[in-house]
Amino acid sequence: MQEFDRVLNGTDKAVFNLRALYGSFGYKKYRMSKFEKYDLYAKNKDFLVSDNVITFTDTDGTLLALKPDVTLSIIKNGRDGGGIEKVYYNENVYRVSKGTKSFKELMQVGLECFGDIDDYCISEVLYLAVKSLDAVSDDYLLLISDLDLINEVLSATGLSDLGAKRVISYLAEKNAHGIYSVCKEENIDEQKAELLKKLVTVYGDADKVLTELVSIDLGEKVKISVCKLQKIISALDSWGVKDKVKIDFSVVSDINYYNGIVFKGFVSGVPSSVISGGQYDNLMKKMKRKDGAIGFAVYLDELEKLVSKNAEFDVDVAIEYADGADVSAVIKSVKEQGKSVFASKSIPDNLTYKTFIKL
Amino acid sequence: MKTMLNVALPKGRLGEKVYAMFEKAGFPCPSIKENNRKLIFENQDVGVRYFWVKPSDVAIYVERGAADIGVAGKDILDEYKPDIYELLDLNMGKCDMCVAAKSDFVDDRAKTLTVATKFTNIAKAHYASLGRDIDIIHLNGSIEIAPILELADVIVDIVETGTTLKENNLVVVERFMPISARLIANKANFMFKNEQIEKIMSSLLEQTEK
Repeated sequence: MQEFDRVLNGTDKAVFNLRALYGSFGYKKYRMSKFEKYDLYAKNKDFLVSDNVITFTDTDGTLLALKPDVTLSIIKNGRDGGGIEKVYYNENVYRVSKGTKSFKELMQVGLECFGDIDDYCISEVLYLAVKSLDAVSDDYLLLISDLDLINEVLSATGLSDLGAKRVISYLAEKNAHGIYSVCKEENIDEQKAELLKKLVTVYGDADKVLTELVSIDLGEKVKISVCKLQKIISALDSWGVKDKVKIDFSVVSDINYYNGIVFKGFVSGVPSSVISGGQYDNLMKKMKRKDGAIGFAVYLDELEKLVSKNAEFDVDVAIEYADGADVSAVIKSVKEQGKSVFASKSIPDNLTYKTFIKL
Repeated sequence: MKTMLNVALPKGRLGEKVYAMFEKAGFPCPSIKENNRKLIFENQDVGVRYFWVKPSDVAIYVERGAADIGVAGKDILDEYKPDIYELLDLNMGKCDMCVAAKSDFVDDRAKTLTVATKFTNIAKAHYASLGRDIDIIHLNGSIEIAPILELADVIVDIVETGTTLKENNLVVVERFMPISARLIANKANFMFKNEQIEKIMSSLLEQTEK
């Protein structure tokens, strides 16, 4: 039996755990080439987390890029009408890091589900998102939001397109005073402004939020959206993860790409989200696909901040032998240990070990 | 032991006023009033840790999670666009983002306008919304002398009373953005320390509405 604990760091272990988890729900590993035509990203720049892409020219003159994202490639290579397709990936992507403003290679794990997406598919993906968080931390939360519901509430209040856009960006900031000022500028009546504000002030425990939402009287369409969200929450209850899920409308992804359920996962100790995902039928339409889709990505670079310290010692035993010592004697001594061994005629200062043997 | 709530306060008068509000909200930390050069103060009994940072850095501490909440000017939030929650407008530290120029300045639209400012992104966005072609000179201080030395045609800066402008023979051409102090929170920690943050929020809201 190999001692994997020593070899694998926290991120490696997380990757293996996640792959095992996704595999156990029938998600197939999706492997792809490192490069992709630059065109693909140029057309969908806003979908990318950072819009900088490393490009280079192939031998035939085609402009290629090192993948900054995996989802776009999977959509491009997929076909409509194949029923439900479930895949997961574990790939390196190349993005600009916010701090250093230079390119970085990042390991990304994620999954996608394509086809005629129904409530089961949505709840399964949400469940796997919760379980992914559970695989890396004990203290975590999945925040879910519903873009369709937000849109219905916005259109029921009669805001202009520009006003609605501003309200959405204020929602993301939990900025109630900002929403108020937009309503004032657009002469939205007090009562409706109050309802809009609810999207900021009402968050947290799913049952509590749903009760509040049911009381919002903004027409039939809003009611239908609330009902849909209720169904998803009760499905999560059946999965047994409802208490780890909070409804929070500050999770708003770009509506040019996303629709319906969107979500972000947080673990205590990491300052930003470690999971981000949602339904992206709009992106599928943009890429001339008829199928629906839902998926998420796990940001392993963020998780690194959480990773527990590496093993206490580099090796169990350090063997120092004299210059010119008999090699076969050294080998015998190394083999006798049966543990991790560092043997050399001089032990480096920065090596940590439990036992020291001088031959 | 209680989970500590980390609060980044902006050094200076505004920060002191804000601390008084937090104290009223039930999060006192008497040691902060001692006159010394310490930057971190904590009160384990109520579970709060305050630290003084440069006002323009508050948002960074909060975004990166070193602070759970903090107080920052709207100017800083608009300039750096940190990924945080903006929970409350505290209606304090009020001023305006302005365009100012020498009193005899006339905007010649045939020319590129040279703008000196600390707030590069705000200035860019403002002139882009007007469709005006500009060149930006980023300065870190004493912005007011840029038009006098003809380094720039106009400046974009915060104006509170306008005294500094007047003394340097400049006038406000346009006030385009009201600014005040905001209560901000880290998006992850807002959830994990929700009870404490909600308590502060509701008390601060009450205090600002008075």
